[in-house]
Amino acid sequence: MSSTPEARRFSHRRRVLALCAGSVGLVTAGLASALLTSGAARAETELLNVSYDPTRELYKEINAAFIEEWKAKTGETVTVRAAHGGSGSQARTVIDGIPADVVTLGIPSDIDAISRLSKKIPADWRTKLPNEGLPYTSTVVFLVRKGNPKGVKDWGDLVKPDVKVITPNPKTSAGGRWNFLAAWGYAYEKEGKSADKANAFVGQLYKQVPVLDTGARGSTVTFAQRGLGDVLPTWENEAYLVFDEFGRDKFDVVVPPTSIYAEPPVALVDANVDKKGTRKQAEAYLQFLYTDTAQAIFAKHHYRPIKREAAKPEHLAQLPELKLFKIEDLQGNWDDIQKKNFDNGGLFDQLSKPPQ
Amino acid sequence: MSSALATRPPARAGSVVTEGLAVRALLIGIAVVFLALFLVLPLVTVFIQAFAKGWSAYLAAFTEADARSAIRLTLLTAAIAVPFNLVFGIMASWAVAKFEFRGKNLLVTLIDLPFSVSPVVSGLIYVLVFGAQGLLGPWLLAHDIQIIFAVPGIVLATIFVTFPFVARQLIPLMQEQGTAEEEAALTLGASGWHAFRTVTLPNIRWGLLYSVLLCNARAMGEFGAVSVVSGHIRGLTNTLPLHVEILYNEYNFVASFAVASLLAGLALVTLLVKSLLEWRFSAEIAAGARGH
Amino acid sequence: MAEPPLRPRRRFRQPSVIPGFGITFGYTLTCLGIIVLLPLAALVARASGLGLAGIWQVATDPRVASALRVSFGVSLLAALTASVFGFLIAWVLTRYRFPGRKLVDAVVDLPFALPTAVAGIALASLYAPNGLVGEQLAKLGIEAAYTPVGIYIAMVFIGLPFAVRTVQPLIEEIDKEIEEASATLGADRWHTLIKVVVPPLIPAVLTGFALAFARGVGEYGSIIFIAGNLPYVSEIAPLLIVIKLSEFDYGGACAIATIMLGISFVTLLAINLIQAWSRRRFGYV
Repeated sequence: MSSTPEARRFSHRRRVLALCAGSVGLVTAGLASALLTSGAARAETELLNVSYDPTRELYKEINAAFIEEWKAKTGETVTVRAAHGGSGSQARTVIDGIPADVVTLGIPSDIDAISRLSKKIPADWRTKLPNEGLPYTSTVVFLVRKGNPKGVKDWGDLVKPDVKVITPNPKTSAGGRWNFLAAWGYAYEKEGKSADKANAFVGQLYKQVPVLDTGARGSTVTFAQRGLGDVLPTWENEAYLVFDEFGRDKFDVVVPPTSIYAEPPVALVDANVDKKGTRKQAEAYLQFLYTDTAQAIFAKHHYRPIKREAAKPEHLAQLPELKLFKIEDLQGNWDDIQKKNFDNGGLFDQLSKPPQ
Repeated sequence: MSSALATRPPARAGSVVTEGLAVRALLIGIAVVFLALFLVLPLVTVFIQAFAKGWSAYLAAFTEADARSAIRLTLLTAAIAVPFNLVFGIMASWAVAKFEFRGKNLLVTLIDLPFSVSPVVSGLIYVLVFGAQGLLGPWLLAHDIQIIFAVPGIVLATIFVTFPFVARQLIPLMQEQGTAEEEAALTLGASGWHAFRTVTLPNIRWGLLYSVLLCNARAMGEFGAVSVVSGHIRGLTNTLPLHVEILYNEYNFVASFAVASLLAGLALVTLLVKSLLEWRFSAEIAAGARGH
Repeated sequence: MAEPPLRPRRRFRQPSVIPGFGITFGYTLTCLGIIVLLPLAALVARASGLGLAGIWQVATDPRVASALRVSFGVSLLAALTASVFGFLIAWVLTRYRFPGRKLVDAVVDLPFALPTAVAGIALASLYAPNGLVGEQLAKLGIEAAYTPVGIYIAMVFIGLPFAVRTVQPLIEEIDKEIEEASATLGADRWHTLIKVVVPPLIPAVLTGFALAFARGVGEYGSIIFIAGNLPYVSEIAPLLIVIKLSEFDYGGACAIATIMLGISFVTLLAINLIQAWSRRRFGYV
């Protein structure tokens, strides 16, 4: 204990240094092991499908079927991981560098944004896969409370004074954007192709929205579980899923005479698959979505397959006939649709100006 | 005056420094009802909903592979973030409490800063540094290093939100104890490290333990910041709080509340241990509690 | 035994026999720099790309301004509520003895430890119109969940422990002799409380208020589940950051984040000033 101050300082400093080094080492080791485990997982081929909110149940089944088929065909075991969330925020994660091999989003403009902002997807992505990158389509229908107490039959009924509508925020949710565009398209056709009247109709509709969730799933929970609102315009697949999850005795599905042709597209993230060396598997995964097996699964989950003959008749019977319009026919290309309606200062922002 | 007070009967002395029985009962009533309504009821709700469909449904929530990987990731994150903040907290409080230097207030304010930064902003800043469009993005991309949307990003965001927890608890504790004891030990020939271990550490250990517990609870429970950097890849980058949200959004409410009850249980254990510590070492903890 | 300054950079501190300043200070600064300052600088750098005029434009955009108003306004109200009830709870816990006091004391820390997402879904299911409390409130004509009231409830939940825990130790330390003196000099209990007991506690109450306020303004996890998220009504600033991000508007997101960061910093600074003032005025924090 009778060491000189210098020696004391030295020994003290050595110990504190050791402590520092130890803690830094700990963090580094932790981070390294984390990096390594993700690297190790990558050793067996792993695909990441970044998808939108309501496809959780769908891709669980699709992924299992693909893994099985790929194993039978090539003997290789692949893992397919899925990430779900609001379509816009999912696109944002791809732009910020999530190593997605494929994106399966809710609306074409989100894939356009990835292409524009990160260049990871070529601008002509819609030409790379059959049917403009749409392995299935969908539409918007209404979920109402059992017996339809407010008598909602068509889009026009949504603006009846005592009707409360639950729909997600079009800024963050693809489903929210389809609802917005569907309502606009309905009013546009109905009012003799007057964009002003269509704008006014949509404006009135959003005045009757008490809760604006960030995603389609949030809206469903608000409507079905929390009991808010009279009508939930939502993805057709989502409406039927509520039947399965919450029971058919509480809700009815109302199919309006006309609705929108909703286009949830898929695309390969070229830059990522080349970097990861997973192009072969990722392309096969996307092609798989067009096979009879996958098409049958789409129909089972209430999506509209593009090959109707592949689906089981009882599943097709649940997809009612209605008049579907394409929003591109009314508003032009997707860049314009996105800019005019949803970008900062667009129609939605103008309509949600505060009541003065 | 003090002699007048001393001769006053105890009962009378008590009454001038407290309120009447009716007022006391009313105030206690208000406090208890307020706490029950605002704090206890939500906690009880979690457990009621979790057990709404019985034990087997409750346990089923944890057998799922995604739930297990979320538990593993949460444990891993806390296992890195908490020791890091422990060492940082001790270092920072030693520097701040045992020395006088210029700019100390600024330093303490900066250490406190993550505490009042919105969790969403905490996540966003790491996206801005490590994201593909961020400062280091291109470099990381060239070297094939994934920080955000992977475990390192989640760990960093967690370290950020829990950054002040240990330091904030220890600084006032160490300041209160001053430097006399350490100086004495040093004069007697102990090394600095020895003085820290034998003099400082015993004085702060319970406050240290308490702060580590809170730090751990926050690290395991952080939602906003982690949500921004996680990317929500199932089985890979979902922590327990994110898994709660996922299950909730899959209409699997029982499982969602079951996983939530695990986190709530952790909170309860934290409070229990904390109360035990307080009961045993009340004076020492109270001195540190002012740092909150 | 003042140690001679070994290196010029040590000059800014007072000499001390205690070793380890260089290493602990250096380590603290390094960690602070890497974990906190560098990422925050990246945020400010990104926002400054817009220029001050650009940030001002974002801040005065009606929707952003309204979200900031909701966040700050409701948080102010919630912090006020938390301070009032927090003071009352702290008083009850330190001054009165009643069965279950220890339990009540432990419960106060619950929001510290309970994850915000868990709090959010629990509060939403309680206060929804078909929830346990929401149903009763609905009978009274009060809509709690999915309105600014929901935001308020979540913020009170988050802020309460700060309000209680900053005041509690000081109430414990109050010298009862002063109260006795005041009573002896003829003041009634009410006057004693208002004139003698409360004034020295004000700095602590203000600190608790500021902490609860700062946490409330930034809170996200528990609020999105219970707020209606309607633009101009119940949309909070952190949510707007998330919305801006999913619109790929990084500049806008960073601008809002920087505004919030600036206000956090000012709040913390205010807390430090209150404490410094209190140290001068009352001799303790």
